[in-house]
Amino acid sequence: MDNYDIVIAAGIAAGSLNRWLLLRSDYRHYPTYPHGQLIHLALGFIAASLGAVAVPAIAKPDFVAVTFLVLAAQQFREVRNMERETLTKLEESKLISRGTDYIEGIARVFEARNYLTIMTALLTSGAVQLWGWKYAFIIGPLIMILTLRLMSGSFIGDIAEVKKGTVHFKGSLLMIEDVVIMNVGLPQTRKKIIEEGMGVIIKPLDDNARLNLDAPGQRKAIVHDVVSILGSKVDINETELMPMARKQVDKGYLAFFIVANEPDLEMLIEIVKRVPVLESTRGTTLLSYFGRKAAD
Amino acid sequence: MNTGLNEYILAIITCDLDKVKSGGCPVFLASDQEEKEKISLLLARILGGIVHDLENGIYFICKH
Repeated sequence: MDNYDIVIAAGIAAGSLNRWLLLRSDYRHYPTYPHGQLIHLALGFIAASLGAVAVPAIAKPDFVAVTFLVLAAQQFREVRNMERETLTKLEESKLISRGTDYIEGIARVFEARNYLTIMTALLTSGAVQLWGWKYAFIIGPLIMILTLRLMSGSFIGDIAEVKKGTVHFKGSLLMIEDVVIMNVGLPQTRKKIIEEGMGVIIKPLDDNARLNLDAPGQRKAIVHDVVSILGSKVDINETELMPMARKQVDKGYLAFFIVANEPDLEMLIEIVKRVPVLESTRGTTLLSYFGRKAAD
Repeated sequence: MNTGLNEYILAIITCDLDKVKSGGCPVFLASDQEEKEKISLLLARILGGIVHDLENGIYFICKH
């Protein structure tokens, strides 16, 4: 096809739409504000344009233009740094922090989504170039569905069993089932915890999951996600009711404790199940020979 | 950025001075359990720490 306008327009439209679909402001509270979203939509538009003009540049053929496109694509590496810097700065003023592992994960996803946008635009405009404009309506949605499916990642609910745990005290030690959470001194605080505290046991399904839940970064992510929905009764200088996740060292499962503003245990379990498994803490022991041997 | 003292005993509250030897942090003597709890609560709020119980009648404040 010689009419490059349609080729480029189809690519840009498909790429931008895909970026918009991937930019879901979900319960992770990020990015929730119009300006944050605008930044990513604008970057997504630029990425889509890059992908879309690549096909006419090759078809013409103008290899200098292609080289420049490759150079321009390098710019998207900055997206990761930008996200990381913003989120790390915000950590300092947070009562419950996200943790560096979670931030790294978010930053990486933002970078990767721009490349997905480029690819969507490239493939859509390629299809239009080869077969005609009607194919944009087939290839475009197909890639969008694929990217939404493939890039969604796994959740704690996929790798572990989440169930209720009873909160009780052994002397001054706060326990969830048989896991020690912390030492609580004041009787009035203990009373409050017994009345309002909620406990959850997170049991890994296999050795990979156990290693994953071991990582403090993953635990911080669980705590952060729960607090960002249910709230917590922690304030500046009043950190006694700090939510936390501790491990049963012998059996390897986690106990999660929180005193939430919204004491709804069923929702708590659902939220924990939907916490993303972080890429940087994912356990891979079962992929190794010795890991598999040790597991059986 | 947090520049305070973390993971350090900031204050000890007890009714029985025989069980504590001073070593770097103030020791508060309370006359009874009720006063001990009250002093601990106030100190914890002021210092931004939390109250721990050693289960032998000694409370201490620590910031984590």
